[in-house]
Amino acid sequence: MKFTIGWLKEHLDTQKKDNELIEKLTNIGLEVESFENLSSSLDSFKVAKIINAEQHPNADRLRICDVDIGLDNTVKVVCGAPNAKKDLLTIYAGPGSIIPKNNMKLSVSKIRGVTSYGMLCSESELNLSNESEGITELSTSKYSDKIGKNFFNSNTEKVVDLSITPNRPDCLGVRGIARDLAAAGVGKLKKISLKNIKNNGSQKIKVSITKDKNQGCTVFGSCLIEGVTNEESPKWLKEKIISLGQKPISAIVDITNYVMLDLNRPLHAYDADKIDKEIIVRNSKKGETFEALDNKEYKLGDDMCVISDKSGVLGLGGIIGGTRSGTEINTKNILLESAYFIPRSIRKTSKLLNIDTDAKFRFERGIDTQSIELGLSKAAQLISEICGGKISNFDIQKTDKHEKNKIKFNVFLFEKITGFKVNDNEIIKILTDLGFEVTKEKFELELKIPTWRPDITQSIDIVEEIVRIIGYENIETLQPEKTKIKDTLNVQQKLFHFLQRSVASKGYFETVTWSFTDSKINKLFKENLKEIKIVNPISSDLDVLRNSIFTNLTFYLKKNLDRGFKDISLFEIGPIFKDNKPGEQLTVIGAIKSGKISRLNWNEKDRVVDVFDVKRDVIQTLVEAGYDRQSFFVKDESPSYYHPGKSGSIYLDKDEIEPVAFFGEIHPNILKKLDIKTEGLVGFEIYMDYLKENKIKLKDLKTNFEYSDYQKSERDFAFVVDKNFKAQDLIEIISSIDKNLIRSIKIFDIYEGENIPQDKKSIALNVTIQSSEKTLEESDLEKINKLIISTVETKSGAKIRS
Amino acid sequence: MSDLKKIKDEYLNKLDSDLHIESVNQIKTELFGKNGKISNSFKTLGSLPNDERKKFASDLNSIKDELQDKINSKLKEIETKEINSKLENEKVDVTLPEREFSRGKIHPVSQVIDEISSIFSEIGFSVEEGPDIENEHYNFTALNTPDNHPARDMHDTFYLDNNKELLLRTHTSPVQVRTMLNGKPPFKIIAPGRTYRSDSDQTHSPMFHQVEGLHIDKDINMGHLKGCLNYFIKSFFEVDKIKMRFRPSHFPFTEPSAEVDIGYEIKNGKIVIGEGDKWLEILGCGMVHPNVLKNVKVNPDKYQGYAFGIGIDRLGMLKYGINDLRAFFETDYRWLNHFGFDPLDVPSNYRGLSR
Repeated sequence: MKFTIGWLKEHLDTQKKDNELIEKLTNIGLEVESFENLSSSLDSFKVAKIINAEQHPNADRLRICDVDIGLDNTVKVVCGAPNAKKDLLTIYAGPGSIIPKNNMKLSVSKIRGVTSYGMLCSESELNLSNESEGITELSTSKYSDKIGKNFFNSNTEKVVDLSITPNRPDCLGVRGIARDLAAAGVGKLKKISLKNIKNNGSQKIKVSITKDKNQGCTVFGSCLIEGVTNEESPKWLKEKIISLGQKPISAIVDITNYVMLDLNRPLHAYDADKIDKEIIVRNSKKGETFEALDNKEYKLGDDMCVISDKSGVLGLGGIIGGTRSGTEINTKNILLESAYFIPRSIRKTSKLLNIDTDAKFRFERGIDTQSIELGLSKAAQLISEICGGKISNFDIQKTDKHEKNKIKFNVFLFEKITGFKVNDNEIIKILTDLGFEVTKEKFELELKIPTWRPDITQSIDIVEEIVRIIGYENIETLQPEKTKIKDTLNVQQKLFHFLQRSVASKGYFETVTWSFTDSKINKLFKENLKEIKIVNPISSDLDVLRNSIFTNLTFYLKKNLDRGFKDISLFEIGPIFKDNKPGEQLTVIGAIKSGKISRLNWNEKDRVVDVFDVKRDVIQTLVEAGYDRQSFFVKDESPSYYHPGKSGSIYLDKDEIEPVAFFGEIHPNILKKLDIKTEGLVGFEIYMDYLKENKIKLKDLKTNFEYSDYQKSERDFAFVVDKNFKAQDLIEIISSIDKNLIRSIKIFDIYEGENIPQDKKSIALNVTIQSSEKTLEESDLEKINKLIISTVETKSGAKIRS
Repeated sequence: MSDLKKIKDEYLNKLDSDLHIESVNQIKTELFGKNGKISNSFKTLGSLPNDERKKFASDLNSIKDELQDKINSKLKEIETKEINSKLENEKVDVTLPEREFSRGKIHPVSQVIDEISSIFSEIGFSVEEGPDIENEHYNFTALNTPDNHPARDMHDTFYLDNNKELLLRTHTSPVQVRTMLNGKPPFKIIAPGRTYRSDSDQTHSPMFHQVEGLHIDKDINMGHLKGCLNYFIKSFFEVDKIKMRFRPSHFPFTEPSAEVDIGYEIKNGKIVIGEGDKWLEILGCGMVHPNVLKNVKVNPDKYQGYAFGIGIDRLGMLKYGINDLRAFFETDYRWLNHFGFDPLDVPSNYRGLSR
């Protein structure tokens, strides 16, 4: 909402300085976005004279003009206007100027090889008229002595731009703003002075509001003004309209706009001669069409509130008028409409048709139901003053009386909510200044709510009115209490934080990427999950919710590879989605690692990252989080985006149904499809939702410390087993032989090749044997040795390698 | 006796010269071996007459001790020499680079969330979460923003179905609704998380992070709200004093509502929080609207309290001098390395929020 201080002062009697008013506005909830001198931007438009105009060497339609702008030297301007010729007086805009029509900022530029310093402007570019055919032609008699002077009268008034919250339609008019300021004590609200206008005779065009279901119009006021001369607006009105960044059109249109900006009372003017007999306010029927003032043809659905005549739809009530009945410069008789439309109906229709207009914006927030006649009076008076004409009586059709709403307000509520006390008289004064009718009954105030405040419906709204006018600075700052109702984090949240930092401590950079992704990438990772489309994506390559963290990780990995990085470790912890319903999501850690370990290292040989790098990271992360490595169970099954032979899944226990993690090399096909070029790419995923709560708490875990000081012995074995026999099973067989004696098993070599059958491999391992009761004798060791060999051979079909 | 003296002098002399360890061992054998000169002398003891034997034995022993000491010290000397010469040859260039160690980084958003949680933990808040996908009831209607409310236009919503029933939450406020529906007052929670709006330009990202706060009890008023936020902002920016301004505003789910600005100034191109006379809007808040309480089956005549919503990314940008919001989500390795945090830097109360 824009206005000038001068305009504000038409409603507010105040001695306060501008900056005090500005500060007050913000303090009472009318946020000031900017307070700027509008004239400064118009000061760069100068009266100028073309001294010489010659053909541009490289363009038929362009001319190079030498322009006198009142300085010692002329400037060169390249101009495409057909009327740019020698001796023409026109308007020049220098580099840095901002063209009002399109807010384009001019700069020195080369046009087809010739440098142009600024621009010669058309009337349309300056919002002076619609004339865009050529540059402005100024009359010699008026302007020949003004070359180099500002074309626009220097207007020193600053423009205030307020950001009005949707609950305050009343402040979409200057008067509403003045009323708030007056209530806040910076001035007095002036009375609206209306000269008596002579109403001559009845309004001859019959108006009716039909009793349709959900009729969107409840009041339709109108008057006929006959014999007007529509012309350009007078200077004061034009300047008012321009000062708010709008474009003057004609007196009638400008006046209706002016009243709207002044009182937040939208009006509509019809060319009365174009109305077919009568006005009928009714619901539309599906398929009806009309051409609106934005020059678009709209096809209507059922039950939209339209203003129509005998021939059909004239306009959408409270949203936009139609071209058929629009006023023009030669309009003689006008019908002025001042009506009330129900916000819900306005919102529904404008959404369906996707129309946004000033009127719609206001009606949808709620217009003062009692401003019908005021609007007609003010506009009719201005029209008759500027355009002449005879004003008819006002015709007001009503289906709802719109009586003022009442509420009872208990003054104690104020202190209860805000924490501080205000005396009753001050409360009453504030409310009265805001337009409430107040009756005091003991501790209760009976309030009649002003009709321009549709947002106020209950006591809490009254509290807000009082506290915002008194000022939020009066609220005390109370020290926060430290009492806790429950633990800050629950188990799952603690785990989240722990895992996040645990993974990061293993060399992975945490990233945060969008929860949506490109469906093409998502397809590579979605497995059997449902694709979840976004109906209105921000762009076509962010069109689905991600089914896997890897979608975005691989995408951004590629970007970093393209930046020249090679050895990259990234992870993200966040949601993936199973369906489009609330709660159908899982929290997953995804991590990827590319390139080599020890690249370009002087003392270690480099190698490509492999499945055991990520297996270490994922297992170590789980172990750090408190899960027991001894009970982990690894399967060689994994989603299809992993290399089938070099990936696996981890179960917290052999008997668990859901794996808690996957790890492995990423499938080469994925790299090919995503055009990822790297020596190696591995990754892992941890599904947080499947991680069971650790039953053993740290405090329980720490109670028993048992150790053995008896001598330990180590024995090496090499077993020849089938090639696909799993090391995990071999370890399981050995460790379960005697859990008391066998302390650890380490695999130190895997061998295939010479001396070993083709379909076999040799696994060499080292077993540590120690008793907690005695030092083992050679014979004890021999016994366990034999037992290990015989058990492994029977259970796995392995042969001890001799 | 003179023989012994001769032997002693001869060998002491020998041992004074520059010898290898082998030569010393040789001497040792020559003197104390099976047929060593000293060993043999001891063998002659028995054949000496009594009166001579005593003196001879005493002399012999003292010569033996003297030679043995000399040998031992010579051996030690050689050993030290050898170690020293070995060390000389083993010298490496310690200025060569160390073995690689890579620790990752924590994203600033995560770090800031942890900082926020730590601060609110201190004043008794617990952390709640809610789903990223919401239905329109939880995201809007229950929050006193019915379908015909123009405030909905302030949220550019991503929809997941054509009926506009399912959507990506546009704010963390639905967590308020879920928390209150699932429990009984009092409530004292924060809810950090991802939020989404179909808005994308220099200062808007289609996904961003918010933290919701909610404190409902019997007598929680705007003074508590002010105190809580004042405490939070001061703790977060790690300053002793903060300039804060509460301005009336409007949100459908709070009444009265406020926006909060903090004072700042620009010093050497960097933003300094808490000083200066410029204002920066950082959050929205207010007293929870009675309609919202009714919607979640909390009696507004008995309970009242405040709620707030803060942009996490923006807080992080201000605190750590990050200029571009969009960079948060672009996974530039250089950016992550620069703005990321060491995972061992866990924000906590006892050791401070940040280093």
